[in-house]
Amino acid sequence: MSDAISTVKKKAEEVEKVVVRFAGDSGDGMQLTGSQFSFTSAMFGNDLATFPDFPAEIRAPLGTVEGVSGFQVQIGKIDIYTPGDQADVLVAMNPAALKSNLGHAKKGGNIIVDLDAFDKRNIEKAGFSANPLEDHTLDDYNVVQAPISSLTKTALESIELDNKSIMRSKNMFALGMMYWLFDRPLTDTVRYLEAKFKKTPALIEANKKALYAGFHYAETVEALPSFYKVPPASIEKGKYRHVSGNVATAWGLMAASEKSGKRLFYGSYPITPASDILHELSKHKNFGVITLQAEDEIAAICSAIGASYAGQIGCTASSGPGLALKGEALGLAIMSELPLVIVDVQRGGPSTGLPTKTEQADLNIAIYGRNSEAPAIVIAASTPSNCFEFAYMAVKLSIEHMTPVILLTDGYLANGSEPWKIPNMSSMPDIVIPNPPNLNGSGFLPYVRDKEKLSRYWAIPGTIGLEHRIGGLEKQEETGNVSYDPLNHENMVRVRAEKVERVANYIPELEIIGEGVGKLLVVGWGGTYGGLFTSVKELQQSGRKVDLAHFNYINPLPKNTKDVFSKYEKVLVCELNMGQLASHLRSKFPGVKIESYTKIQGQPFTVTELKEQFLEQLKNNYEHNGRDQEEIYKTGLYQRSIGSVVSGLRRLLHPVGNAKCITPNGCCQRGCGVCIRNRLCCTIPVLHEYLWLPYRTWKRPGCSYRS
Amino acid sequence: MNTYGFHTVHGRGPAVATGVKLANPKLSVWEVQGDGDALAIGGNHFIHALRRNIDINILLFNNEIYGLTKGQYSPTSQMGKVTKSTPFGAVERPFHAAELVMGAQGTYYARTIDTNPKLMTEIFVKAAKHVGTSMVEILQNCVIFNDKTHGAITARENRDDFQLHIEHGKPMLFGKDKNKGIKLNGLKLEVVTVGENGITEKDILVHDAHTEDPTLHLMLARLTPPKFPMILGVIREVKAKAYYQMMEEEFEMSKTRAKYHTMDELLHGGETWEVK
Repeated sequence: MSDAISTVKKKAEEVEKVVVRFAGDSGDGMQLTGSQFSFTSAMFGNDLATFPDFPAEIRAPLGTVEGVSGFQVQIGKIDIYTPGDQADVLVAMNPAALKSNLGHAKKGGNIIVDLDAFDKRNIEKAGFSANPLEDHTLDDYNVVQAPISSLTKTALESIELDNKSIMRSKNMFALGMMYWLFDRPLTDTVRYLEAKFKKTPALIEANKKALYAGFHYAETVEALPSFYKVPPASIEKGKYRHVSGNVATAWGLMAASEKSGKRLFYGSYPITPASDILHELSKHKNFGVITLQAEDEIAAICSAIGASYAGQIGCTASSGPGLALKGEALGLAIMSELPLVIVDVQRGGPSTGLPTKTEQADLNIAIYGRNSEAPAIVIAASTPSNCFEFAYMAVKLSIEHMTPVILLTDGYLANGSEPWKIPNMSSMPDIVIPNPPNLNGSGFLPYVRDKEKLSRYWAIPGTIGLEHRIGGLEKQEETGNVSYDPLNHENMVRVRAEKVERVANYIPELEIIGEGVGKLLVVGWGGTYGGLFTSVKELQQSGRKVDLAHFNYINPLPKNTKDVFSKYEKVLVCELNMGQLASHLRSKFPGVKIESYTKIQGQPFTVTELKEQFLEQLKNNYEHNGRDQEEIYKTGLYQRSIGSVVSGLRRLLHPVGNAKCITPNGCCQRGCGVCIRNRLCCTIPVLHEYLWLPYRTWKRPGCSYRS
Repeated sequence: MNTYGFHTVHGRGPAVATGVKLANPKLSVWEVQGDGDALAIGGNHFIHALRRNIDINILLFNNEIYGLTKGQYSPTSQMGKVTKSTPFGAVERPFHAAELVMGAQGTYYARTIDTNPKLMTEIFVKAAKHVGTSMVEILQNCVIFNDKTHGAITARENRDDFQLHIEHGKPMLFGKDKNKGIKLNGLKLEVVTVGENGITEKDILVHDAHTEDPTLHLMLARLTPPKFPMILGVIREVKAKAYYQMMEEEFEMSKTRAKYHTMDELLHGGETWEVK
């Protein structure tokens, strides 16, 4: 069969970027459809970003909202950093998919539904009171009612296949329609189908037929008067491939293994959304990768620690609940000062939480979540493809500094994918193994340290002459013997902390996207990069003074962090939690005004909501007149407005009731509204601020409000 | 002797040892545990190290008490045992380590007592030579918190009548005059005396440590005084591939099947496209 080419003359509408969302029952093959569409678009030369959004249930009841699986992709001729906020085109394979995805569809956009699926039973199951195709539910959209199921059946009449297999091809029909709508070739998908169903030619035939049928059907549909043209993006020259965050993570670990000449040992217990790293690594045993599917999360990390002790790269991955279980063993790795990489693919929590949804709420547990003083290096990847780079860096830092590294990714990065300019191994930085120095006849002491990094040396068991014992009990400096000496303990606690702090000398400085000075600095970390970058860039292009600084290295922080912050009137930390990085930064830089913008819905930020928030923040910075008095009273004292002075004075005068301080930062850690002194300490800075007086010298001990 | 050692975390020894062995199969790995360590907090790691047949040697020092935390009952403490945390006596049924070994399809189980260095050496050497996870249970006394807990077996006056040192291929005879023995009667074991009631040495059970079927091993391991002697020595020693051997076979197999042999090949392989 030759490639289908549209013959009907319809109008082409050129767009810079477009968002497509596929939604159907979890058995409808929407993930496959979405990834094929993405792949074809990537081959065509578009930049893109994807976001699969699927249920936790293996197979929720057919036709229910709980069982809907979605896949969103944004393609563009411009650089694309997010899967997009709302879909220009939504494909809904049944009423439940329409119901749960309507919120993701752009008003005025196209909705393509499988008309055959809209029977009474399915409509009821989805929770619609009436057929949404017949009432006014979809008035704001251009709806294409395509009898996808029956047309697929007709198209596949001549093929000898059971009804179930035939109906499973309907996703290809829908994909074919999309290929017409976006003027895409079918060849890449055909090649894919031929490889995938090599053993059952009937399935190749069925899927191909459905694909072509969909394509030809779409060009006859009156409701689709035009098709989109999304020209190739002008992206950097080179060889590209598609990669998801989890695969990139696995490859980054493998790359570090190859570069360092150490075997990769990966101990892991299956957990969503981290399991794909285990799946990927277990394919590559010929690279010397050892994978152990451990009996539990604890064994996963402990076996990795054992492997590190034996001289290979010990590595484990999990999600939040697993990281909680690994805490004790992580302490052992910190105490025994061994290399260890722990990947935490964050998901919604606490407890089992939202296993298939994304969140950034494991930052606190990564930085602080262990008994006693147990510092670890914490880094975070920020795009699906740079999971490769940061997995590689996690291994490098861990080996070179002889201490555990926690790499944070998240469900959004892990399952999301994007085109990736393939790096060459020769361009990856060297990994220097901290081999013990020449002993010149003296015995090996396990806790003798490198003078610059403060890291100890890695003596490999089995080597004659380097015999030594390590463990979880406190160690005497240099000898590593068990020691209960009080001063030695204090010294060792401080040395371990200092060792991690000194990693700041070996990591890149914080980069600023923007002018480096101004009214508002947006700060983010990890997987929110795409949304933050796009929002900030768009505002910058419209002339707004807003910059972005995005953290990949979190503990220790880049050395220039405070300098960067000090150039801005306001620092706004945006994250998918209740403000964990904001709190961390406030404790590190108490003099800097740090505010927090958060979202905790298991979904990434949308560019729309971010831009609205930034504009609001810019307004707050210098506009105060005309604000609603009640709003000022509620939202607190941080505004430079007469209103806040009034409300501050009110607080001063009324010792009970509304006296509780409700500044976004919380005025005073000891709790306000209790004693007059605290209220004073809130109010006076406001007065000073209003009058533009240098109030910074005025400070009551214990008050953190802009002190 | 100078060697490499890693004092890990309570209960987690088998997991760490698993990582050590798999990362460097050439090492001879020995892992020392206590009863609470192996059978309570680390029970999961213990059974899985046995099930996987990692080639490590586990020495389980069983004193039926928590000594380091100053005297609470352990999962091997006898029912009714009065300890700091069971002032009215323990109401839990104790674990028999051997049952866990057999239940986890362990390939090597031996038992010895702390005061018999000769037997211990013999068993340790055999454990070291065994390919797969070896589990040696050492009945240990705790002079402070659980003195004479194994007294019924270890006391000088009880040694001959309540210890049976078994060896593969030899009849299970014991007693001062080596005239008492173990006989299989139907599905039960019984103690008989050679020369009495027409019993000859031919009636005495001959130990087969190498049989894969764990039934008899389990029955022997469960015998306790005063009705029976405690069985000491290598009760089970079965040949099976160790985990690392199968892992290395996989490496070899994957090398012949693999499409990509370097990271550059892997990264640049598969579906790619050129942007010009």
